[in-house]
Amino acid sequence: MLDKVWDDHVVRSASGEPDLLYVDMHLIHEVTSPQAFEGLALSGRRVRRPDLSMATVDHGIPTTGRELGISDPLSKRQIGALEQNCAEHGITLFGVNDLRQGIVHIIGPEQGLTQPGMFIVCGDSHTSTHGAFGALAIGIGTSEVEHVLATQTLPRTKPGSLAITVDGDLPLGVTAKDLILGIIREIGVNGGYDTVIEYRGSAVEGLSMEGRMTVCNMSIEAGAKAGMIAPDATTYAYLEGRPYVQDGALWEEMVAFWETIPSDADAVFDREVVLDAADLAPFVSWGTNPSQVVEVNGEVPSPDTFDDPLERDSAARALEYMDLEAGTVITEIPIDRVFFGSCTNARIEDLRAGAEVIQGRTVHPDVDAMIVPGSGLVKLEAEEEGLDRIYKEAGFEWRDAGCSMCLAMNEDVLAPGERCASTSNRNFEGRQGRGGRTHLVSPQMAVAAAIAGHFVDIRDWR
Amino acid sequence: MKPISIVEGQMAPMPQANIDTDQIIPKQFLKGVVRTGLGPNLFHNWAHDEEGERVPDFVLNRPEYAEASVLVAGPNFGCGSSREHAVWSLMSAGFDAIMAPSFGPILENNCYQNGLLPVVVSDEAASKFAELAADPGNTVTIDLAEQRVSSGDYTASFDIDPHVKERLLNGWDQIDITLQSAADIEAYESARPAHRPTLGERALPDPAT
Repeated sequence: MLDKVWDDHVVRSASGEPDLLYVDMHLIHEVTSPQAFEGLALSGRRVRRPDLSMATVDHGIPTTGRELGISDPLSKRQIGALEQNCAEHGITLFGVNDLRQGIVHIIGPEQGLTQPGMFIVCGDSHTSTHGAFGALAIGIGTSEVEHVLATQTLPRTKPGSLAITVDGDLPLGVTAKDLILGIIREIGVNGGYDTVIEYRGSAVEGLSMEGRMTVCNMSIEAGAKAGMIAPDATTYAYLEGRPYVQDGALWEEMVAFWETIPSDADAVFDREVVLDAADLAPFVSWGTNPSQVVEVNGEVPSPDTFDDPLERDSAARALEYMDLEAGTVITEIPIDRVFFGSCTNARIEDLRAGAEVIQGRTVHPDVDAMIVPGSGLVKLEAEEEGLDRIYKEAGFEWRDAGCSMCLAMNEDVLAPGERCASTSNRNFEGRQGRGGRTHLVSPQMAVAAAIAGHFVDIRDWR
Repeated sequence: MKPISIVEGQMAPMPQANIDTDQIIPKQFLKGVVRTGLGPNLFHNWAHDEEGERVPDFVLNRPEYAEASVLVAGPNFGCGSSREHAVWSLMSAGFDAIMAPSFGPILENNCYQNGLLPVVVSDEAASKFAELAADPGNTVTIDLAEQRVSSGDYTASFDIDPHVKERLLNGWDQIDITLQSAADIEAYESARPAHRPTLGERALPDPAT
């Protein structure tokens, strides 16, 4: 599949040089683009294909009181710069007050701008999300954002291929989030180095598009360039009728093309990893990288259990930062905050799954919990289904769409020492606020933890 | 971009694994609209305590490492986000090269774009250079053309993509190179199938309005 999508985008190929690849869709946000537009202006260049570029504001935008304007002057300037750059170059912007605004990796698929077989780039590492559709989607830095703006291409040497096969049914209470956390624990945060991962097997095929996006989203956390899942009937059903998906004869033409994309039965991968879905459990991260996870019914491990000296040091350092002792039972760890959001887990299916856990219960008095839908349209859909009422009545805050406390660039920040159950993707030191302690979990586990005040095994939840 | 041939200077050791971009430059410094001035924000949360005072033990705060221009790191240096601010802050703080057994996938590209040299050495060589860097009196010489790095009597080779190497040696701008293929890009564009999504003429109104 990687080879097929790659070869379809080669503009120029020469021995000893990277291939020049054509970009089908360039997604843009306010934080990694201003210097790229500045570079473009300084060199007197124009955006080559504004019609193949889409912009939104997500990283720095507040999730409350937006109608009052943006109070942080730096974020306001950055958002203003994006608005001006998009207006000047004719780029479609889903701006602050557009109902379609949201996290860039949520609104691309939602609008139907993410489709199988495409080459998609964005100045954000979680661009790997779009691989769930059988697209090749990679995160790039600001200089390469400028390169794509100017040329609509990107030079790249083809990475290796890594097949990760997960067969079997996911056990009850085990979600797509647990699947990818289990994979990262298995292969390590560097296990996908210089590869594109293809996730396959019956457990992966059984996931919804939302679940597939959660899996591909965290490919970068395994050190991979990208992650991909073969398109199938689930993919086509998700896409049909979305705003930017063609209809009529062109739809038929597209589906016929999409059916050619999956890897051939005799495809050969550079490396293969096989996992059994039955071995997976709901996971909770205990450390400061996403491979440092343990089953929710387990204990915080001792650094001595790691053979590799660097991993041992890393575990010891993580326990100190997280203020945890080896042997602590995970379900006895109390939490202060819950963040339910991010490009990993803030789609409608996530919000539905979280709401089902509540069943009339309320958030623990010692916990502050917030729900940040991934887009304005996700928020609207949830409200039409009455999910907002369920969350609000249970004591959750119901916010506007954005990246929010996944990276805490806006006002949503952990205070030093606060411990948070988070549906996001990174538990790095200080990620959600200096001194803040992040535990990565699935949406269901986050909601249950908010109610109990500590982690709970969702398999025992009644 | 300035051409790179030889990088010489003092090493600073930071040998832990998986130093992520949130550590290299925390998010509060990503709100700018220019590339400059980020040096003082490098490793902010490690270099400053919660009151903003400098942490004297932090390696880059130690006066004997004030001149360091080559960082010796552990595997997967710069994993995490795409923020090019990480590279800008390293360069602004005086670094010309980073030595590590492996790099985060996006950071490595960002280094090439800016002329910060990522030197991929073996695990063994990285450990050896970290040991040597523990003595601030030791310097290192990185010869890009020869793909060789040495400090005192110890020498190791490193791999680099030959095309990237040529570009760094000559200081070529990637956009300039790509635009030499403008005819190829036009040819590709004219052959693109009509069913590929576009926002252009079909930009749809906000359903709220």
